[in-house]
Amino acid sequence: MAGATMRPCGDFRTSYRADTTIFDDRFSRNSVIVGIVLLALAPIVLPEVFDAYWMNMFIQIGYLSIAALGLNILVGFTGQISIGHAVFFGFGAFASPFINSNTGIPVVLCVPLAGVMTAAVGLLFGVPAARIKGLYLAIATLAAQFILEDFFSRAEGFTGGVHGATANPMSFFGYDIYTDREYFYVVLVFVIVMFLGATNMMRTRDGRAFVAVRDHYLSAEIMGVNLTKYRVMSFGVSSFYAGVGGALYAHYLGFVSIEAFNILFSIQFLGMIIIGGLGSVMGSLMGTAFMVFLPEAMDALSRAVAGGWLDRALNLQSGINNLREMAIGAAIVLFLIFEPDGLAHRWRQIKAYWKLYPFSY
Amino acid sequence: MGNVADGLPGAPSGVPQGDVLMEAVDVSLAFGGVRALSQVSFQVRRGELFSIIGPNGAGKTSMVNCISGRYSPTEGRILFKGRDITRLRPSARAELGLGRTFQNLALFGHMTVLDNIMVGRHNQLRNNFLTGPLYWFGGARREELEHRRQVEEIIDFLEIQHVRKAVAGTLAYGLRKRVELARAVALKPDLMLLDEPMAGMNLEEKEDMARFIIDLNEEWGMTVIMIEHDMGVVMDISHRVMVLDFGRKIAEGGPEDVMAHPRVRQAYLGEEAA
Repeated sequence: MAGATMRPCGDFRTSYRADTTIFDDRFSRNSVIVGIVLLALAPIVLPEVFDAYWMNMFIQIGYLSIAALGLNILVGFTGQISIGHAVFFGFGAFASPFINSNTGIPVVLCVPLAGVMTAAVGLLFGVPAARIKGLYLAIATLAAQFILEDFFSRAEGFTGGVHGATANPMSFFGYDIYTDREYFYVVLVFVIVMFLGATNMMRTRDGRAFVAVRDHYLSAEIMGVNLTKYRVMSFGVSSFYAGVGGALYAHYLGFVSIEAFNILFSIQFLGMIIIGGLGSVMGSLMGTAFMVFLPEAMDALSRAVAGGWLDRALNLQSGINNLREMAIGAAIVLFLIFEPDGLAHRWRQIKAYWKLYPFSY
Repeated sequence: MGNVADGLPGAPSGVPQGDVLMEAVDVSLAFGGVRALSQVSFQVRRGELFSIIGPNGAGKTSMVNCISGRYSPTEGRILFKGRDITRLRPSARAELGLGRTFQNLALFGHMTVLDNIMVGRHNQLRNNFLTGPLYWFGGARREELEHRRQVEEIIDFLEIQHVRKAVAGTLAYGLRKRVELARAVALKPDLMLLDEPMAGMNLEEKEDMARFIIDLNEEWGMTVIMIEHDMGVVMDISHRVMVLDFGRKIAEGGPEDVMAHPRVRQAYLGEEAA
């Protein structure tokens, strides 16, 4: 195994166990662990730098990336396009406060329960996948988008109707969490658990079955993979992730409005996984971070140029909001053209480059 | 196990006389007005290496597709291990012990060779969407590693160690064929269906593949049904041969008998030769 060297060129494994680890070598595993520890320490050590604004950013990336990962399992790994992911996110966001206020189960347990409930709904709307695929399935998921959106506005007992639903703050068996900084740690733990779960799934039986269904469904079937089961199950797993993400969103904001989960939001989830990399677990996180930071970066950029010659030339004051939306659209288009495999692929290439640096041959 | 070849490896020395493993009873298959198969019946015994030959469009692949479940016969029945599997899903047939390779490559292109072969273990693995994500707890890792060890034996056997981490879609044609065979072997099937395992290969690759097939049959104890166009290979390694022409069975028997059959000569060489 890798010794003291950073990225060994010859890495010889002596057991199958060493050959099936999540990370290629000890260095990349330790880097990730150090990265997570640094991230966890950041708000404590540098509270001035990592203020409420950054905590808010990180929390957003956290719950959105969990949902994006779910969509990636469905679209990227199983190859079934869904354009209704936001309503499953929304369902989780309503389900968790609903369970919490009706049963009194602590919020921290309501989050996974909301995931399970959303998975059940996802399985229901995934049933068409048993018979149809490709564009036709995409249209069927569009139906889920509209049906559930309508359901949100009508099921007042569940969602509060036009008034929306209020969610209790996160609580750990009596200990309530009110500040962003505390909530950040809750989200961090959920992100780590959910991403490890997905990574493990993809290196075991059912994850391989998903990819097999995507790559060649005829031979997957011949290999003994029950197509119907895995196509529908993928919707269930995907919705579970969406539900957990949505529940974290609900308890963070404290209030859930029925208007938030529209088709544009669904498309944004698709944008996240396309930019991050279809069929990549870590890509889901990268793409989400990109999509969260991009509007912020555009805002910062527009503030920087405000009043300058460029601003006068382009007359930006009137179109500053459009610029944000345009940037998201442009980012998706540019990624599709120049990096269709997403940020995850770019990251792998950077790693490969540094592995051989400075002798890149 | 039927027989172990004496003399040269692979020289058929008598037909294995095991029990009937697979039987097709009056199988017909029609696509609209096109009759791909008409009343084809045959039996394959345990331990046999059974070849199906015939001119292009004779219905060989259709026959194999009926056995593996890709097509559903219009009439007739398919029996496997004494059980009627005519209406069974392909994935359920795999569970019963049916494995196959495809004429046109059908690997999972974006997966590594190793993962491709591990998909073949699907029915033997027991971890699921709950225990899989928990990996370290609940035994999924132990099970995966155990099967990995067995898959490595298949990799050794088919001599594809050097590409085990390569993405399947990037491999050369001959290697892909071998990976596909490895994937089917991973199912541990009792009956292996090989659809043109040597198509598009050079002589050396064909020799390798023929040796693998003989080993599968004799050492791994798999019954093999093979479609192949290379008559030399078919005559050398098959125990019995069935000839199809225009969807009908025109001959069946030992390789020499079949080749001497006047209707076979007619089907292959045209009217005058008969």
